[in-house]
Amino acid sequence: MSSNTLDPTQWIDKYADYLYNYSVSRVSDNEIAQDLVQETFLAALKSSENYKGDASERTWLISILKRKIIDYYRKINSKKGKAEVRMSYNSDGDGDGDWMEERISDPHGNNAEEKIQNTELGLAIHECISKLPPKQAKIFSMKTIEGYETETICNELDITPSNLWVIIHRARTALTACLEENWF
Amino acid sequence: MKTKKSLLFISYEEARHICDKIQYGEATRMEQIKLFIRISWCNISRKYTQKNTQLTTLCQSANLKSLDKDKKDSLKKMLESKMSESKD
Repeated sequence: MSSNTLDPTQWIDKYADYLYNYSVSRVSDNEIAQDLVQETFLAALKSSENYKGDASERTWLISILKRKIIDYYRKINSKKGKAEVRMSYNSDGDGDGDWMEERISDPHGNNAEEKIQNTELGLAIHECISKLPPKQAKIFSMKTIEGYETETICNELDITPSNLWVIIHRARTALTACLEENWF
Repeated sequence: MKTKKSLLFISYEEARHICDKIQYGEATRMEQIKLFIRISWCNISRKYTQKNTQLTTLCQSANLKSLDKDKKDSLKKMLESKMSESKD
C-alpha cells in the first residue's frame, strides 16, 4: 500500500524553490528555468491521475522536471543542427600547438568541481527546507534566501518580531539536523 | 553588583536568540559582547554558535535562489484555475 498522496495546493510553497534551483543548475538561465518549473507543474497536474503514490510527491515532480529539461535540450540541439557552427581560434602567431590546452585548461583551478558541489549543496538545503512546516519554510526563505527585513516579514505575515525569531530558530535547528543527516 | 551581572550575563535562550540575530547582521555590539562572554564558559552555547555559523556559511556558499513572490503568486493562480477547470 502506498501512503503518498498529491496536494497540488501546496506544490508552489513546498517545491517551487527546489525545482527552480534544480532547473537553474541544469540550464543556467533563470528565465528558462522558471518556464520549465511552470511546465512541470502543469504537466504534473495534467497527469496527476497517473500518480500511483510509490514515490514521494517531490521525487515525482523532479522526474517530470528532468523530462522537461531533456526535452528542452533536445529542442535547442535540433535547432543548432540546422545552423553551421563556426569556432574561431585567434592565434597571435606564437600560439602554435597550445589550442587544446587553452580550450581545456581551467585557469581558476577547481572551480568546476566547487560549482558542482555548491549546486548539490543548494539542492540538499532546499530539500531540507521542503521538509519544514510550511510557515517555517516560508519565513526562513524570506529571511535567509530573499533577504527581507524583519519588519517587512512581520508586516506581511502579521507576526511579531519575537514570533519571527522563534520560528527562525526552529527552522535553523531543524535544517542543521537535516543537513547533518544528509550532507555531512 | 546584581545589576552589572544581569547586564553582561545572559541565559542560554538569550544566547541562542542573539546568535540567530548575528547570522542576519541584526545583533547590536552589546549583544555580541554578551554572547562572547557566554560562549567563553558555556560549551552548549559555543556548540550552538558553531553549528549556526556553519549553517550560514553553507547557505551562502550554496548561492540559494528563490522564485520571486510575484512569480509564485502567478503560478498559484494558474494551478488553481487549472484545478477548477478540471473540476467543471
